[in-house]
Amino acid sequence: MKLFVCVNQVPDTETKVKVGQDGKTIDRSEINLILNPYDEFAIEAALQLKDKNSGEVTYVSVGGDSHKEVIRKALAMGGDKGIHIKTDNAGDSYSVAMMLAAALKDTGADIIFFGKQSIDYDDSAVGTMVAEMLGLPSASVVVKLDVDVSSKKAVCEREIEGGKETVELTLPCVITAQKGLNDPRYPSLKGIMAAKSKPIQEITPSGAESLTEVVAMRKPPAKQPGKILGTDKSAVPELVKLLHEEAKII
Amino acid sequence: MKIIAFAETSHGLQEAGSKFKKVAFEAAHAASRLAGELGGEAEALVIGKGVESIGPELGGYGMKKVRVVEDEKLSQYSATAYAKAIAFVVESVSADVVIFPASAMGKDLAPRVAAKLKAGLAADCIALKAEGGSVLATRPVYAGKGLIDVKINSPKKVFTLRPNVFSPGAPNGSPASVEKIAVDLKDSDFTSRVTGVSVAKAGRPDLTEANIIVSGGRGLGGPENFNIVEGLADVLGAAVGASRAVVDAGWRPHDDQVGQTGKTVSPSLYVAVAISGAIQHLAGMSSSKYIVAINKDKDAPIFQVADYGIVGDAFEIVPELTSQLKKALGRE
Repeated sequence: MKLFVCVNQVPDTETKVKVGQDGKTIDRSEINLILNPYDEFAIEAALQLKDKNSGEVTYVSVGGDSHKEVIRKALAMGGDKGIHIKTDNAGDSYSVAMMLAAALKDTGADIIFFGKQSIDYDDSAVGTMVAEMLGLPSASVVVKLDVDVSSKKAVCEREIEGGKETVELTLPCVITAQKGLNDPRYPSLKGIMAAKSKPIQEITPSGAESLTEVVAMRKPPAKQPGKILGTDKSAVPELVKLLHEEAKII
Repeated sequence: MKIIAFAETSHGLQEAGSKFKKVAFEAAHAASRLAGELGGEAEALVIGKGVESIGPELGGYGMKKVRVVEDEKLSQYSATAYAKAIAFVVESVSADVVIFPASAMGKDLAPRVAAKLKAGLAADCIALKAEGGSVLATRPVYAGKGLIDVKINSPKKVFTLRPNVFSPGAPNGSPASVEKIAVDLKDSDFTSRVTGVSVAKAGRPDLTEANIIVSGGRGLGGPENFNIVEGLADVLGAAVGASRAVVDAGWRPHDDQVGQTGKTVSPSLYVAVAISGAIQHLAGMSSSKYIVAINKDKDAPIFQVADYGIVGDAFEIVPELTSQLKKALGRE
């Protein structure tokens, strides 16, 4: 199988957001960058399919030089090679999707995996946009995946409000992975060493455009710490009263 | 400026009869308000089987006209076919703006429709306002640790609205007129299709839709102790959530997780039981209207965002709270 996983680099979940000098983006000076957490489930899903059906796993990432780190991290988990679409101006989801679609077109991909969202802009959009741009079916927020290579079908379960729905897709297709799909493997020492010699092809994007523009970024209004009502169950009547009279919830 | 609100129905459960989800009213009401501010007009779009008869109800939420794509083949959700139908309607009525709920279906459809229409997408918006003849959207980034104002520069624009944030308004107004639009759907449009729906946790609302959430953290000591969280949730008709530590420990299923790598929620009331409040958890819930924290550690960060806190033992306080609420709510 020809399997592709699109991976992103994002600030880690411990990041305290500070607005940068431009007033539109995050201050990146003291940020620890990691592989987008949801991408790990996408990588694991691709590696499991390769283990089962043989084939090739290629990672694709759009961004500046540091994005090679997340491709290497993915390669350390397994897989064969990377494509780095190098740009310092990735733009919005539409722009990133265009760059990815251009690189993935005519590759003969059977399945293209994504994490269900990047935990920076939280758009949950790029994977599904790429699917549409390539004319492929997709399923998002997938927690279970069965692929039947011979009939070229994928049966997925995706999370919906209050339950799950089963989605049938014809291959080739796009899958966006949610936590729960699998338990991502840790890179082994051998894997980390092997990743250093796996090829990463660098390509230059062309023709992508952003359709949206961030006008301003700010911190949400800080919540004021409220009242401490007590230190044992004698505080409960006061809490019930406040929920009724002040919050008007009960 | 013409705005179309996608009115989501309870898909996949058609045996019970199609009905609108609350997010449909939120989208319709927001579209109607935005059209008023922009001096434009708003319409709704409903897709499915057996949906024509429910269309008029949207009149109560500011819609004068409802476009209906009614087709046997659309009884179950299909991302590919639904997106084709939506894009077709948007083009044929010359709409400029499409508003979806940021629901599981809306988030699956909006990027596809945006790509079809070459439209910019602003996802999971918490505010929309008219500015300079266009729309300025506000949306959270970094799981709510930041907010951005976004402008879409393409002629067509797609927005998704975070559930539970936009008021659906009070139903008011005469029934909407319904106009059917035929869309030519071929088998090849159904390369993605839903074949079944399973409902989990019957009787409890979903985290992202719940008005009240009770969440438990590692301080509970073990999965068996979640019964105090569930007991409180039962009295309040609440959803049950969990911190990442608890999910990673395997005490609760991953779809219960609230936080940056779980669900982002904004209920009216969030009760955090034995949750310390790691930054990634706070990011997922601090936009709740009211927050109650019950934790032994007075320095726990959760108290920094809580409206009401009790510093103490959850095993003593939560059952007492459950029992007093039962009395107060007359459920004893």
